[in-house]
Amino acid sequence: MNEIIESVKNLSIGFNSQKGKQISILRNVSTNIKKGETVGIVGESGSGKSTLALAMMGYIKQGLFPLKGECLFKSEDLLKMSSRQLEKIRGRKIAMIPQNAGQALTPNLKIGYQIDEALKLHTDLNKTERDKKISELLNKVRLPSPETMAFRYPHELSGGQQQRVAVAMALAGKPDLLLLDEPTTGLDVTTQAHVLELLRFIAKDTGTSMIYVSHDLGAIAQVSDRIVVMYAGEIVLEGPARKILKEPIHPYTYGLLKSIPKLSLAGLPASMPGSQPQPGSINEGCSFYDRCNLANDNCKKNSPDLEHIKELDTNVRCFNYKELLNQNNNLQTSITKKSNNSEANEVLKLKDVSISYAKQKFFDQLLNKISDQNPTVKDINIDIKKGETIALVGESGSGKSTILKSIAGLLKTKDGQIKFEKDRILSSDLKKRNPNDLRAIQLIFQNPDESLNPNHTVEQILSQPLKLYFNLSGDELKKNIIDLLKKVRLGEFYMSRYPRQLSGGEKQRVAVARAFAAKPDIILCDEVTSALDVSVQAAVLNLLQQLKEDLGTTYVFVSHDLAVVRAISDRVAVLYQGRLCEIGPSQNVYKFPSHPYTEVLLGAVLEPDPDIKPKLVAEDIVEEKPPEKGCSFQGRCPRKIGDICNSEVPPWQIGENGNAIRCHINIEELASLQQ
Amino acid sequence: MESNLITEDKQKNKLEKAFEILKTMASKPSGLIGLTIVLFHVVLALISPYIAPYDYKAISPNTMLLAPSAEHWFGTDSLGRDVFTRTILGGRTALTVTFFGSLIALLWGGLLGIFCGLVGGKIDDVVMRVVDAFLSIPWILAMLLIVSLLGTSTEVLIPALGFFYGKGIVRVARAATHDVIAKDFIVSARARGHSNMSIIWNEIIPNVRDAILVEGAMRWSWMLLGFSSLSFLGFGVSPPTPDWGLMISNARGLMSFAYWSVIAPIVGLSSLIIGINLTADAFAKALGIDRSTKAPV
Repeated sequence: MNEIIESVKNLSIGFNSQKGKQISILRNVSTNIKKGETVGIVGESGSGKSTLALAMMGYIKQGLFPLKGECLFKSEDLLKMSSRQLEKIRGRKIAMIPQNAGQALTPNLKIGYQIDEALKLHTDLNKTERDKKISELLNKVRLPSPETMAFRYPHELSGGQQQRVAVAMALAGKPDLLLLDEPTTGLDVTTQAHVLELLRFIAKDTGTSMIYVSHDLGAIAQVSDRIVVMYAGEIVLEGPARKILKEPIHPYTYGLLKSIPKLSLAGLPASMPGSQPQPGSINEGCSFYDRCNLANDNCKKNSPDLEHIKELDTNVRCFNYKELLNQNNNLQTSITKKSNNSEANEVLKLKDVSISYAKQKFFDQLLNKISDQNPTVKDINIDIKKGETIALVGESGSGKSTILKSIAGLLKTKDGQIKFEKDRILSSDLKKRNPNDLRAIQLIFQNPDESLNPNHTVEQILSQPLKLYFNLSGDELKKNIIDLLKKVRLGEFYMSRYPRQLSGGEKQRVAVARAFAAKPDIILCDEVTSALDVSVQAAVLNLLQQLKEDLGTTYVFVSHDLAVVRAISDRVAVLYQGRLCEIGPSQNVYKFPSHPYTEVLLGAVLEPDPDIKPKLVAEDIVEEKPPEKGCSFQGRCPRKIGDICNSEVPPWQIGENGNAIRCHINIEELASLQQ
Repeated sequence: MESNLITEDKQKNKLEKAFEILKTMASKPSGLIGLTIVLFHVVLALISPYIAPYDYKAISPNTMLLAPSAEHWFGTDSLGRDVFTRTILGGRTALTVTFFGSLIALLWGGLLGIFCGLVGGKIDDVVMRVVDAFLSIPWILAMLLIVSLLGTSTEVLIPALGFFYGKGIVRVARAATHDVIAKDFIVSARARGHSNMSIIWNEIIPNVRDAILVEGAMRWSWMLLGFSSLSFLGFGVSPPTPDWGLMISNARGLMSFAYWSVIAPIVGLSSLIIGINLTADAFAKALGIDRSTKAPV
């Protein structure tokens, strides 16, 4: 068990900048991987975690080169090997599972063939043995009906199944070390929980060592024995998983853990100020100095070494870690948010809204109607009160973004009405809406890289809505822009910057400022934090909450992340396949009784706590389209009671907590089942 | 005063940006060579009337088909005209016609392409099928028809060439627009209620400008070749105006014993085309590096 199979010694990797300076991305990294151990490497984007993981299989991205140090795999230096020698090791001794299996699998080859290729390359089995091995592997990764699965093409599989195939391929060569680079990041919550469970099983079953790279401490917590925390190309904390997650003794890890929204906590997570330094901009002193609340003059001048603490079996790179030793009970705290009064007026009302993506037939086009009996989104009734934050939650394909788009007027509704302020019906055609209604509803998008024009300066970006809605120009325009930047806590000097010169969090702040420039009544937030790092996510959530409290804006907040929703929203609507399952005040939706789908979602949430294991109550099947009759969740429901679920749309039941659930099971019975 | 300062600052920024792009282009040997060649031709075209040693249309039976010498550096042609004079003057018409022709091609092709890409639907379908239909007609036949109907003056040649070389740009601009309009910042502008014109002007053009400019630069070199082919066939500029295509055409029968009268215009034409091609390539690379892969350092 204690045999070390790979050891990294003083590794530095860097590149030459355009100015000819040598800039390091990894600095003096040393770590050991023991046999049978799963090591989680965690860090925010740009921390060098992927570079480290790839170097561990002897691969260095183009443009980068090793500056010093070595990567010893069974006492041979991978970085000095020829590509021939590496070929013998990769796949057979060290295998990798990529982030996006959908892209890693060849789209025009059947998956059985692709696994066979890996087997041919890495084993000496003959054809019949290989065939047997393929179904054995497919069985091992728990794919349904492995016999027929081998004859399918990658696109016929869901994201989770593709990831399982990638795992099967990686296992084909019986590797000693498995490298996983964000293997569950693109997957839905329930699928993610299943894949992690599978990985844990495989690690135990085969005794393979694993290196699990992720930005998600929740996922890392579920699989890792040991955790390595990276910051700005350095290891800042390394130790047993439980110790790191429960008693983090490095201020960065501490802050990171605090900035993750948790299901068990209402209120907003605390954010960390600042952002990670860019490679090359690190001067002397501790790289975390700017953001650290324990920092003193010593930290500014001297860079701390990785110090080994025997009693905790932990390595830490901090002068002042002792101050954190006794502080860890504070991890379970959050910022309480002001909740609004529920007496407020309705500002937006969705009445029987259905939306269809089906193409109109010729006659329907003439009659200008849509005759889709089974639309993507059906019968949505939501009343949104002024000043509240209502969240739409669901997995991909639940129709949450579709609803948002039709509120914004970007998608036509099939049936139903969207009413705004005192029952005035908003046209479902954007061109027919009056300018004031357009101003009143603004959108913030998921990815600020896409939602900000890369060729505009921040000033140009923010002046667009100001010019369009308020006809501002000259000094007044400039003054307004500076005010907006101040509101989102950015300085005046950001005006002349281009989006590419900003960090992810800064970009999203500009996007928030642009939405607020219109002085809107309602802001539609489409997964606004899911492209951001956790510490930045917490800051953006806090900013949104602050702006709402100051300006009384209403948010419609779409997210797949139940913990984020828990943190920011007043009310939650759970959607499955474009149909509402449950709606209610957020503190009640997170309590039982809940709709079976909410139960499944809540069970699958990964908390950064090794003691809270996800509960897997439903299969992670992906349904292509909603069922034509009956309950939308009939295909996956763990509490299905019989034919009635397939034939009749369940009624709304209102629980004593005030949350409405759409289920055939009596609400009291549901409560006792879920206890 | 203050707003004035801002605009000045911006203009300076734009100039600086252009200078930076030029610098990047010149930093690679191929770009430097291309830029030098193009610059050389442009300068030559500007100053050639003042430095030409002889009259380009002076015919003399005494100086027919003289080999290169100290008096006639590139020799003389079959009518006794100085080949050096005619060569340095020969680039002027070609450069002017094709430069303005490319501009026209860029303008109409680019704008139509962007418009079709943004609007989509039926308008897009109809316009693109018309463009396809035009693409299927060999341009040289159509050009010959136009030229024989309307004459060979530059006023006819510039718009005609501009039209025929703009068809391809429509497709490029449309494709580039399609890349951009899927992005959220266009959706965002739409949701705010901006007009199509405002979206094209503010959101799309800054993002497709580079692709279209590079395409335009490539078209320029093709147009130059096309223009010279027309002249070669006798449908370009009319004699006695000096022109490379025409010179090659006139001298090709005498190539075996008076090679000098054909070599000079060929070198002029091909070097300019190669120069423009290299420049366009370097331009594309400079823009590409500047916009997408620049490291954050």
